[in-house]
Amino acid sequence: MDLNRFEDTHPAARPGSAVPATAKILISGGFGVGKTTLVGTISEIRPLRTEEPLSDRSVGVDDTRGVSAKTTTTVAMDFGRISFPSDLVLYLFGTPGQERFWFMWDDLAVGAVGAVIMADTRRVADCFASIDYFEQNGIPFVIAVNCFDDAPRFEPDDIRIALSLAPEVPIVLCDARERDSVKKVLVSLVRYVMTRHSRRNQATLA
Amino acid sequence: MTSHDGYGDRWFDREAGPVVRPYALTKGRTLPSGGATFGLIDVVIATSERPPAHFRPGPEHRRILNMCRRPTPIVDLTSEIDLPLGVVRVLLGDLTSEGMLRVLSTQKQPVTDQRLLRMVLDGLESL
Ligand SMILES: Nc1nc2c(ncn2[C@@H]2O[C@H](COP(=O)(O)OP(=O)(O)OP(=O)(O)O)[C@@H](O)[C@H]2O)c(=O)[nH]1
Ligand SMILES: [Mg+2]
Repeated sequence: MDLNRFEDTHPAARPGSAVPATAKILISGGFGVGKTTLVGTISEIRPLRTEEPLSDRSVGVDDTRGVSAKTTTTVAMDFGRISFPSDLVLYLFGTPGQERFWFMWDDLAVGAVGAVIMADTRRVADCFASIDYFEQNGIPFVIAVNCFDDAPRFEPDDIRIALSLAPEVPIVLCDARERDSVKKVLVSLVRYVMTRHSRRNQATLA
Repeated sequence: MTSHDGYGDRWFDREAGPVVRPYALTKGRTLPSGGATFGLIDVVIATSERPPAHFRPGPEHRRILNMCRRPTPIVDLTSEIDLPLGVVRVLLGDLTSEGMLRVLSTQKQPVTDQRLLRMVLDGLESL
């Protein structure tokens, strides 16, 4: 295997190579909106441990040398993994909701296909922070309106206005407990990302 | 996962919470040496080089090398080895600087590779 060919490029599957192609999609939204449920519906949930630097920077010394007795707390996160026969592994990462975990977002977001932002119509404002983050970082996203049983029903257009979304951002109604529904949400994200790029390419050609 | 060598339960807690010192395992180092970056879905693979004379791999280094005889995404490695991500990154940095491990990086921009996107789409639709 000529590994040099892969350096600094995406290890997309090539015939005869044992290197899997990897891709990731983020699942975001407010506290308790159904992120873990969605990931668990379509993939096997696995644990991931990361560590949260204590906000008190005076604990530990001399971070600049990367050698310190830095004190942290460990944080358990969950992610899902779907492997396909084409030697592709797709990861679904839930973004941690609490503000103190924001340091993780860049790590999760870098090189992502895009994000699913889940919204609960009983408290749509909970997903504003996610929308801001992905807009600011140029990461494409779709809105998945998670239909809780007692939630008021809205038309997608009402939701678009409530969230002040651009007209091209897809809005999909979903039930995070239903496999087909989750599949539809993920497919709509990938299709959106693909058309977005081809539209951009046409724009630069014109 | 059971605790392999007794460190686990002493230094790390199951859930977020208690203050711990996971970096004791890296002798306090919180950043990988050699300036390499290790993205969650980057793939690492052992080079099967012997360790240089000055470098004595610890038990965690050896576990990582063992798991990376096949190309392994860093997120799977971290989940499997049951150590915090930052600790795994430091250990990976040691191994790459010593030439014992290669990183196959994924791109750092949002994915625009139509071939990869097509693979993801086809995969999802086949579920
Ligand atoms: N009716 C209904 N209930 C749901 C749906 N999705 C999730 N739930 C329920 O909502 C609760 C919260 O779901 P989680 O998946 O834990 O939400 P989360 O976003 O991961 O929560 P945090 O990680 O704590 O922010 C659970 O009791 C789920 O069973 C849905 O589509 N419909
Ligand atoms: Mg959750």
